[in-house]
Amino acid sequence: MSYLDKSALRLVGTRPIRPDGVDKVTGRANFGADMAMPGMLWGRIKRSPHAHARIVSINVDKALTLPGVKAVTTRADFPDIPPDKRVIGAAPHNLWDLSRNCMAQGKALYEGHAVAAVAATSPDIAEQALDLIEVQYEVLPHVMDVEAAMAPDAPLLHDNVFTAGIEPKPTKPSNITKMVRFAKGDVEAGFKEADIIVEQRYTTKPVHQGYIEPHACLVSVGADGQCTIFSSSQGQFMVRAYTSRICGADIASIRAIPAEIGGGFGGKTIIYLEPLAYMLSKKSGRPVKMVMSREEVFRATGPTSGAVVEVKLGAKKDGHITAARTVLKYQAGAFPGSPVQQGCICSLAVYDLPNAETIGYDVLCNRAKVAAYRAPGAPIGSFAVESCVDELARELRIDPLELREINGAKEGTKATHGPTWVNIGYQKTLEAARASEHLKTPLKPGQGRGIASGYWHNAGGESSAACHINEDGTVTVTEGHPDIGGSRASMALMVAEVLGVPFENVRPVVGDTTAIGFSASTGGSRVTFAGGMAVTQAAEKVIVELKKRAAVIWDISPEAVEWKDGKVYPAGPNAGSFEPLSLSEIAGKAARTGGPISAEVQINAQGQGPGFTTHICDVEVDRETGYVKILRYTAIQDVGRAIHPSYVEGQMQGGVAQGVGWALNEEYVYDKDGRLENPGFLDYRVPVASDMPMIDTIMIEVPNPRHPFGARGVGEVPIVPPMAAVANAIADATGIRMRDLPMSPPKLRAAFDAEPPARAAAE
Amino acid sequence: MSKHHVSTVINGEPKEFLCEAQQTLLDCLRDEMGLTGSKEGCGSGDCGACSVICDGKVVCSCLMLGVEAEGRTIITVEGVAEGEKLHPVQQKFLEHAALQCGFCTPGFIVAAKALLDENKNPTEEETRYWLAGNLCRCTGYDKIIRAVLDAAAVMRGENPPSPAA
Repeated sequence: MSYLDKSALRLVGTRPIRPDGVDKVTGRANFGADMAMPGMLWGRIKRSPHAHARIVSINVDKALTLPGVKAVTTRADFPDIPPDKRVIGAAPHNLWDLSRNCMAQGKALYEGHAVAAVAATSPDIAEQALDLIEVQYEVLPHVMDVEAAMAPDAPLLHDNVFTAGIEPKPTKPSNITKMVRFAKGDVEAGFKEADIIVEQRYTTKPVHQGYIEPHACLVSVGADGQCTIFSSSQGQFMVRAYTSRICGADIASIRAIPAEIGGGFGGKTIIYLEPLAYMLSKKSGRPVKMVMSREEVFRATGPTSGAVVEVKLGAKKDGHITAARTVLKYQAGAFPGSPVQQGCICSLAVYDLPNAETIGYDVLCNRAKVAAYRAPGAPIGSFAVESCVDELARELRIDPLELREINGAKEGTKATHGPTWVNIGYQKTLEAARASEHLKTPLKPGQGRGIASGYWHNAGGESSAACHINEDGTVTVTEGHPDIGGSRASMALMVAEVLGVPFENVRPVVGDTTAIGFSASTGGSRVTFAGGMAVTQAAEKVIVELKKRAAVIWDISPEAVEWKDGKVYPAGPNAGSFEPLSLSEIAGKAARTGGPISAEVQINAQGQGPGFTTHICDVEVDRETGYVKILRYTAIQDVGRAIHPSYVEGQMQGGVAQGVGWALNEEYVYDKDGRLENPGFLDYRVPVASDMPMIDTIMIEVPNPRHPFGARGVGEVPIVPPMAAVANAIADATGIRMRDLPMSPPKLRAAFDAEPPARAAAE
Repeated sequence: MSKHHVSTVINGEPKEFLCEAQQTLLDCLRDEMGLTGSKEGCGSGDCGACSVICDGKVVCSCLMLGVEAEGRTIITVEGVAEGEKLHPVQQKFLEHAALQCGFCTPGFIVAAKALLDENKNPTEEETRYWLAGNLCRCTGYDKIIRAVLDAAAVMRGENPPSPAA
């Protein structure tokens, strides 16, 4: 069935209170660190103080004799993972790399890399035990900067990594793990045709996802090897699979229970603690709780890449872009896997380019292995491309919005990386920007306005859902996706819509790995799309069963009944004259008509629609302090269908705020020894309430026909444009083009100081 | 090592607990008293997720030692509602969808309650600066501020329209 006609919807599109909300505003909700078990021990991790060092020896004898210490674990406890077992299911991660990230093997590859762990009867004793573990290091030269790491004589992190994607295959190992390339047309010819060329270099610093909840888990391994994991993650099936592979256990021996999760943004789509807690629990015979400190989160968990992006654009005087070339160099951290490929693809996807080439390099360096961060790769590439498009607009003296209207992707445009766009909403975001009250509002002197666009492909994938009709006619829906943003409300809305029951009658539950079928992680903006598809199909299967039961009650053929508005009716006068039966009436007779009424569905969702967005940002810059005040912000996005509009707005607003922090203040500060100097929220400066204005949102609904309700993923694309929107606004306000993030006060002050005096006086 | 015995009043009830000298009030609430509503986000007083009201003032419980609670009156997020009856701040947070992951929410609820106990008619700017000590990474603060301003209106006896359907 299709529910694409908005006017026929009763519940989807309304804004009820989320079913898990009361627990969250009263402190009852259980997050990863909130559980305890009898006999529980506390785990702590010993971490390398060096950015790059060979581990010569580890001696744990003294730690084991400290009263209260019940177990110590080192690399020696963890199995090697043979090549054919390094990938599991459709999950994207190399588990041998992940295993060596959780516990260093042979070398410490970044400051904070775990080298040992202990479990003791109190956190304090565990801390003391760490000091008793003796580790001998041979310090090696380290490298942080992405271009320094690419140099042929750079210190090598791994001697068995050879650059993939170049011919002939290299024989010398390198920190460049791969090169990717996408092309369309002939860029050299395109540049020759251009009247104007703009060529610039942009840089970004690594930034952390910044979830307020540190990683936490409670793991209990019994003497029979059966294990329970309670942890905060973006995927309990991921936790189960990765822990099983890293620890050498069967998947079925592990029950992974998803705690409520205090933010992830991609950073909790992998694990750090669970395998260590597993080993400690196995060795001690007791449950082990491990919670990271904020300092550990910064030192040892994946930020996203820092990068260098070079952009060259050629255009005719009338504004048509004739060619684009981008080169992206992304830090991967200690193991391969930066999102450089997505950076290449997404930053050009917004445009209809006759000739384009994009090249990306994934580069190892001595810092924590990068983890996904909301639209991984895309914000960095788009900061560069959207800034360069703005610089091009200024050279051409064409309004930046008009330049995007001329060159923007439309129905039928072929993207640089291959696909042809259908059912996309990019043009509508430009139209809405053009018509917006924001754009029409004049600026005061000293203020500036910036525009930027963005794209994210979104994801589908594996989801399972079960829909149970309870004896009193209420409904329990079990699905497998941790709820990071209010998705349970949307699941309940969709099921209640299909079944024709009140929203309050549907209770959505996120099941653990023993309670529901396999479900891929919460991420990629996939849950409302794929999870929503699964719960809708499960509810529809239930309706088929409800109709059968009504037929049994009336003693007529199952073909002679129909379902309408939450009730079963005889299908026409020939079927018989029966009063319609409601869901709860049928539910009450379930046992007598065939047994429990339930349906379970497992899908691999295809057809996710991409998301496009355009942002408008107004700023005011204080010349004396370099402080940039965000005066006004409007985010315009093609959301497909807003199942619960408040939570769609919330995704847009949250992505904007993270982008603003990335633009203006957030960065990792290292000393000359590769040690992090700002591992805390005081000096790693994220936006606070007084930094932000209200964030206006305009939701455009171009339904995705591949989803029963027309939904598209919405969570990631909002973080893609803000850095360029802010940089473009600063350029508009001051005439100064900032090409290196973050655009923090000292950098703006330095830019003002470097200005020719005449311009400063004119402002 | 012997523990310290602390007598205090938590959410209106006398409570006693044992703790080591170095345990923070946050550690004691969570690990000794099972009050896990207050959260640790940073341990250094920068994120506000551990906010409690101590003798009428909002403090970061991670910056207070458990022993310092001796003789004091503490209100945590668990004490903001009155049984089934939610505080207007809690109710408005739900109606405005002012939470996504919910981890920072206890800190915000406590800090906002403290604001409205002191200032019945805060402006948007006053509200933003009062809450600048509470970090949220999910919402961008927009709906949080709207919820607090609406809660203030409710507490003044007004009836602002609700966004919840």
